[in-house]
Amino acid sequence: MLADIAFWGLGLVAVLSGAAVFYVDSMARATYALALSFVAVGLQVLFLQQNYVGVVTILMMVMEMAVMAVYMVMFMGMNPALMPMSMVHSNRTAAAAAVLTFLVLAAGVLLVDWPTRRGSPPPDVTVALGEALMGPKMLVMAVISPVMVATIVAGVVLAAHRTRYDRFGDDLRRPTPDDPQPGGVGR
Amino acid sequence: MVDPIAMPNVAGSDSPVVTVAPGWAFAAVTVLGALVVVAAVLDGALSARSSGGPGGAPGGAARPFGEAARLMRQRRRTTVQADSLLWRIGGAGLLVTAALMVAVVPLGRWTIFDLDVGVMWFNAMDVMVWALVWLTGWGANSAHSLVGGYRFLAHGLGYELPLMFALVAPAIAAESLNVGRVAAAQDGLWFVVWMPVAFLVYLLGVAAFSVGGPFAPALGSDVAGGVRAELSGVDRLVFETGRYALLAAGAAFAVPMFLGGGAGPLLPDWAWVLVKTVTVLSLLVWLRRRLPAFRPDTFMEVGWLVLLPAVLVQDLLVAVVAVWRS
Repeated sequence: MLADIAFWGLGLVAVLSGAAVFYVDSMARATYALALSFVAVGLQVLFLQQNYVGVVTILMMVMEMAVMAVYMVMFMGMNPALMPMSMVHSNRTAAAAAVLTFLVLAAGVLLVDWPTRRGSPPPDVTVALGEALMGPKMLVMAVISPVMVATIVAGVVLAAHRTRYDRFGDDLRRPTPDDPQPGGVGR
Repeated sequence: MVDPIAMPNVAGSDSPVVTVAPGWAFAAVTVLGALVVVAAVLDGALSARSSGGPGGAPGGAARPFGEAARLMRQRRRTTVQADSLLWRIGGAGLLVTAALMVAVVPLGRWTIFDLDVGVMWFNAMDVMVWALVWLTGWGANSAHSLVGGYRFLAHGLGYELPLMFALVAPAIAAESLNVGRVAAAQDGLWFVVWMPVAFLVYLLGVAAFSVGGPFAPALGSDVAGGVRAELSGVDRLVFETGRYALLAAGAAFAVPMFLGGGAGPLLPDWAWVLVKTVTVLSLLVWLRRRLPAFRPDTFMEVGWLVLLPAVLVQDLLVAVVAVWRS
């Protein structure tokens, strides 16, 4: 009973703070309203006995929002992030898309013939989830991760203003790179 | 609802620690408070000594009490268009985070929250510090305190991954993320003996998430006090208490992770946990006064090119030993 109240209470917190993201007028409040929403979801996942997944959700999302605070000052020109600003735009399109999505999902809830449960939950649901996600597809996962890292590195290299010729000279013979921002290990 | 939702928890019936009644959380917070006082008194005594003995700095060992009394009587400073909600959450959150950290640390045989992924829980709480310190810097609507907040995040990008991988080493060796099991797995040989690199990086991480010692530039006097530039009165007192509490919680967590938990001769196991915690805490308070500051703009490379590879090699060695033993 207590667990039911806590679970639904956390759900309410998650939805309301998710809505607050669009209601508040400050980038910091929006960012951390989203973080609060994710923390509530992570705590809900603890109630589903997926302890590892729940705690990792909290960890990753809080870190991600903190890093977002860095980017929002780095990349938002004229620093509107530091001033009060509206969190919404294209209101009519957004409202139409929201209503349409809600109708489709609600129709799905009502129309789909939900299966009845077969068997019972395994003793360790996290292991079961991991095997269901990864088990037969481990090769795909193992290939995708280096490809994703390579994509990120390639994207940064292509986007970077300075190339290795700026850093190491035209013949790449300069012993220490010429960087505007010095590093911490004497380079 | 077909299935009733069960309370989250628990490491299973064969857990080496006993979960006590929730009311004992007050006792845990009291112990944390006592550790905060120990750390603050020691810090006061050390700063009096370094500034030339009695008379040099006001108070010495009694400084924290005088400082607390002063701050409690001080009028709260207000700034124009401060985001008070986020400011207060940031300042008070450090103390709450430290309390949530010690919830998974067993005191000998007893624990408050025997979570099966306790190590991850601790890690998630120390990431919360990122958000809270930045929010404290943001809330005041002051340029200097915001600069302090970003300095902390710059340090965070450098120290957090080495800290995470330092916590991985004991978990691999114990084959569990449960703090009680990690402590129990050190029967005979403490993890600190054969994972010294992970231990040192962990201690550096503790200094970092308590915003102290080499990681104090976020509070630097060159930016008028950084994050705490506009903090005054009780707000400042709670923020400072939170920093000491995080240091104490980090010291307490080192005991089951690296120092054998409650293992030791003569004394009962809960007493050994306290003795070891106070020892690590004193070491941290002393050491963080002796180390030079890491510059926020260059620490990232130190973290990723020195600390991270070092601790990854440590993890690899631990993993090889773990595979070889099983």
